[in-house]
Amino acid sequence: MVTIQKYVRAQSLEEAYTLNQTKANRIIGGMLWLKMGSGNINTAIDLCDLGLNTIEENDEQFSIGASVTLRQLELHPGLNSYTNNAVCNAVKDIVGVQFRNLATIGGSIWGRYGFSDVLTCFMAMDSYVELYKAGLIPLKEFAYLKYDNDLIVRIIVKKAHAKFHYSSMRAQRTDFPIIACALSCIDGKYTAVIGARPHRARYVSDNENILKDGIDDASADAFAKYVADNIKTGSNSRGSAEYRTHLIKVLTQRGILSMKEGDNK
Amino acid sequence: MEHKEYKAINKSVRKKDAMQLLLGKPVYTEDIVPDNALVVKLLRSPHPNAIVTTIDTKTAKLVPGVVDVYTWEDVPTERFTNAGQTYPEPSPYDRLIIDRHVRFAGDVVAIIAAENEKAALKAMKLIKVEYEKLTPVLDFRTAKDNPILVHPEDNWIPTVDVGGSNKRNLVASDTNSHGDVDAVMADCDIVLDRTYHTKAYNQAMMETFRTYTSMDRYGRLHVISSTQIVFHVRRILSHALGIPKNKIRVEKPRIGGGFGAKQSSVSEVYPAFVTMKTGRPAMIIFTREESQIAGSPRHEMQVRVKLGANKDGKIRALDLYTLSNSGAYGEHGPTTVGLSGHKSIPMYTGSLEAYRFDYDVVYTNTMAAGAYRGYGATQGIFALETTVNELAEMLNIDPTVLRDKNMLKEGMQMPAYYNEILSACALDRCLEHCKKMFNWDEKYPIRDMGGGKVRTAGVAMAMQGSGISNVDVGSATVKLNEDGEYTLLIGAADMGTGCDTILAQMVAEYMDCSVDKVSVFGADTDASPYDSGSYASSTTYITGKAVEKACSDLKKTMCSIASDILGCSEDEIVFENGLLRQINSDKTVTTKEIGCKAQVNNTKAAEASASHSSSVSPPPFMVGMVEIELDKLTGEVTVLDYMSVVDCGIPINPALARIQAEGGIVQGIGHTLYENIQNDKNGRPIENSFMQYKLPTRLDMGKLKVEFENSYEPTGPFGAKSIGEIVINTPAPALTHAIYRATGVWHREIPITPEQIAMSKPE
Amino acid sequence: MDIQLTLNGKKITDNIDADMLLIDFLRKHGCLSVKRGCETANCGLCTVLMDDKPILSCSMLVARASGHNIKTLEGLQEEASEFVGFIADQGADQCGFCNPGFVMNTIALLRENPDPTDDEIRAFLAGNLCRCSGYEGQLRGIRAFLDSKKNI
Repeated sequence: MVTIQKYVRAQSLEEAYTLNQTKANRIIGGMLWLKMGSGNINTAIDLCDLGLNTIEENDEQFSIGASVTLRQLELHPGLNSYTNNAVCNAVKDIVGVQFRNLATIGGSIWGRYGFSDVLTCFMAMDSYVELYKAGLIPLKEFAYLKYDNDLIVRIIVKKAHAKFHYSSMRAQRTDFPIIACALSCIDGKYTAVIGARPHRARYVSDNENILKDGIDDASADAFAKYVADNIKTGSNSRGSAEYRTHLIKVLTQRGILSMKEGDNK
Repeated sequence: MEHKEYKAINKSVRKKDAMQLLLGKPVYTEDIVPDNALVVKLLRSPHPNAIVTTIDTKTAKLVPGVVDVYTWEDVPTERFTNAGQTYPEPSPYDRLIIDRHVRFAGDVVAIIAAENEKAALKAMKLIKVEYEKLTPVLDFRTAKDNPILVHPEDNWIPTVDVGGSNKRNLVASDTNSHGDVDAVMADCDIVLDRTYHTKAYNQAMMETFRTYTSMDRYGRLHVISSTQIVFHVRRILSHALGIPKNKIRVEKPRIGGGFGAKQSSVSEVYPAFVTMKTGRPAMIIFTREESQIAGSPRHEMQVRVKLGANKDGKIRALDLYTLSNSGAYGEHGPTTVGLSGHKSIPMYTGSLEAYRFDYDVVYTNTMAAGAYRGYGATQGIFALETTVNELAEMLNIDPTVLRDKNMLKEGMQMPAYYNEILSACALDRCLEHCKKMFNWDEKYPIRDMGGGKVRTAGVAMAMQGSGISNVDVGSATVKLNEDGEYTLLIGAADMGTGCDTILAQMVAEYMDCSVDKVSVFGADTDASPYDSGSYASSTTYITGKAVEKACSDLKKTMCSIASDILGCSEDEIVFENGLLRQINSDKTVTTKEIGCKAQVNNTKAAEASASHSSSVSPPPFMVGMVEIELDKLTGEVTVLDYMSVVDCGIPINPALARIQAEGGIVQGIGHTLYENIQNDKNGRPIENSFMQYKLPTRLDMGKLKVEFENSYEPTGPFGAKSIGEIVINTPAPALTHAIYRATGVWHREIPITPEQIAMSKPE
Repeated sequence: MDIQLTLNGKKITDNIDADMLLIDFLRKHGCLSVKRGCETANCGLCTVLMDDKPILSCSMLVARASGHNIKTLEGLQEEASEFVGFIADQGADQCGFCNPGFVMNTIALLRENPDPTDDEIRAFLAGNLCRCSGYEGQLRGIRAFLDSKKNI
């Protein structure tokens, strides 16, 4: 386990930020991933006193504090109604309730983990990372930024005329996904975000307008193939690149078709 | 079959420790020991085959709080085995406490003793080791007669001749047969020749390996350990440390699961060595990672089955060859392998004309294997039952009908099972019962559910043994107390299975009292009567019979004391309804009166001890049927229903027997679908944590239903046979069968991952 | 560093290392029901309630728990006793090592959802591993308890 010399509950974002400028100091997030490391942390910076544990919703957006837990995301009626339950579907199989009561959105997004359901799901929305210094950055950009010493204050999800769908393939129900597939249709434009490739999530939008004439078996197939062709996959102990590419097709095709069914309801 | 109204047995009474466990009371090793113990940590080799050329512990020893660091130079040079087996141990003496020659990535290089964990871990990082790396033997298929030897040493000792040779990387080798297999095979219409592969699954009991040791008030080594085998641990420590057995006391508190893992002495020797060196209490607690990479998992096996049959489905000849991977050390290697044939082939005694069973057990530079529930039978049954299912599918005969045609039946002599006569067998009834309960005829057909999903079913049957014939010894001491109640002392180990309760139920039945009037003590080498320990499905069957004998003897003594009280002769006293009555009179004596009398002016010990051993090992039987939904596109298998019917003779405690079955089935489902072992380039499992080694959760196992078909085993207590191990044997072949039905592909290696399912095409 | 928290209704102050985990603190303070089954936050054995929410005490710094209200099974004996007998009747306690975490999370479930369906029970308790029982007996026990409440 990681060793920690000192623990500080930051009393302001400025204090947290300042402490975080020292290399040996770390913001501890939900502690779940961090604690498994074997390194030494000088000062563990805890954001828990900063009131970042709420989800606020208005007509334009959701504002989700960095310390909001995955369990809060799972149970939030507004967020799940807006995302057609995609958020719930993205997190509900992550280990267990107790784990999800600890893991935070800030920790999940900051880590930019390859396996992350959370990153995959939020990339499918019009999401922004509110960094203390750098300000608002689209999540799709943030996902590929290098780790620096800034800190996440909130995740902002801008509302749009949108539909979402989330699915993943897991060998065992509470395991990491072998592949994760988040689909969105925002103002008529379809995007697929593929996580657990096993690397960081990538997205592909329907730039060739494959789905512009509506969803049917043929267009869903074509879009699924398009997504699979444009997302690079790799191999690890959970699956080969070839299988992952196969799964991208299956999950994308099925997800798109079920988004169409959603229209009819 | 005997039908009898019982008062205490065949009843689902609560486990005696149930409320303690459910309310979280401190009853396990780590909970009950003083907190001044030295923390013991092990530095492990990263290399699978290497010689420690230099090891420098100077800096490590300077860490504040570090008491000492021990290396190969500090330990005795006599080899021993960690396998918990009856003397003379069939596993070769091939271990040292620390060997200069490390034989798998995870082998121990140094023992660190410190006042606290932080100091121990800091010291571990400061030990400087230089290794001479040697080429490892990692693939067990290439181990036999490989020029690279895992155990080249000259003091390798095979205590029993099991056909092994360290100069051939061979732990054991044997062949056995009945009839002319080749001739019968040549005469068969169909010969299926198939090879299967099963992996080194971890028992993954929730409580990892752990041991506490201290010097007791007589200067003896007192060991409190999470073990299934207190008496064997005493012997193993005596051999390993070179101290007399009478200087060692081993006891077990409650155990957080074992499943065979704790039938090897995995953790005991390290704190014991520290205590002997320092005189101080010491404790080791394996991390989950250590349990995963340096535990005592199942033997990886490759089983080749040749099955000869006629077109009508008559199975006439079986020829099995098993190659078993014992890993770096030989624990349980010579014995597990035997079950792969001896507990699979006999199931087809009904039609079999000839069989042959050959095996080799090899050393490799991977984690040493050990005992795991099923103990080789699981691997053999997976291979044989899958081949039988393939025969049925090939001949287009319903696999339940095919089995009915070939299976062994009560009264048959079993050439492949040491010629034992099968005195109790309800396998045919199990099959019929399960078929009906499961609704086989409706679930077996392949049903297209749309969207690429299909539903179908699979079946398998299984057997096991009840104890090791002519080897296992079970013992019990039953004492009458002052209050007229009883204490049962055993050396068998309740590891959660409930044997304390089951044996108490037997005492209650024999002594005609309620179960709560029987308290149970176990297991402690100083106080318990000798028992081989809890493994090999022996406790109910073997130790249970010892309980019966002890009760019978105690009753005689009680009659004698009663005759003293009543002033009559002993043979005038009868024991009935929990009272002692003088025949032809209304004079009775209560057990309490005898208990009191036993403590006043009495020369007859109001207690009795008995031992039991059996010349036979009556097999329990089981039929398992599984319905799955399989997603042909993703390869995902959803277990919908798993139903099974078990013949364990008479279940002493049906609730506990059912839980054994359910727990075993879910472990079997895990091994078949989720629990993978993939070794890295050093032969070390990538699945080294619960993050990577995925046990089934309650979302992964579908719905279970277990029922019983009783038989009556005349040599068992109250007609009982075993239950603990057989229950893990049906899921692999039943699921493999269902997956074939859904996809047209026979997977002959488990686990069968979604990827293998989605990416395979029918042959 | 100095911390103070409420453990099973009692205020506790202590001086601890910054990296001490709640599980180790609880065991040090006599709450031996709290068990460690893994190092990777996967097994659920160490489940306790923090401000009435089930969490993994293996992944919580004591420093972070400071000022909060922690309940372990030692402090919830009565609430647990209402239903654990039904698990015992199934023999589903088995080795018992996972029981405290399982019982704690079941308490959390029943507080949040007093009348759960079987699927809701499975989903809520998915993070509690058990290697002995095969889970079905635990489910039967909880179901029997819920049924017994309805029959009153």
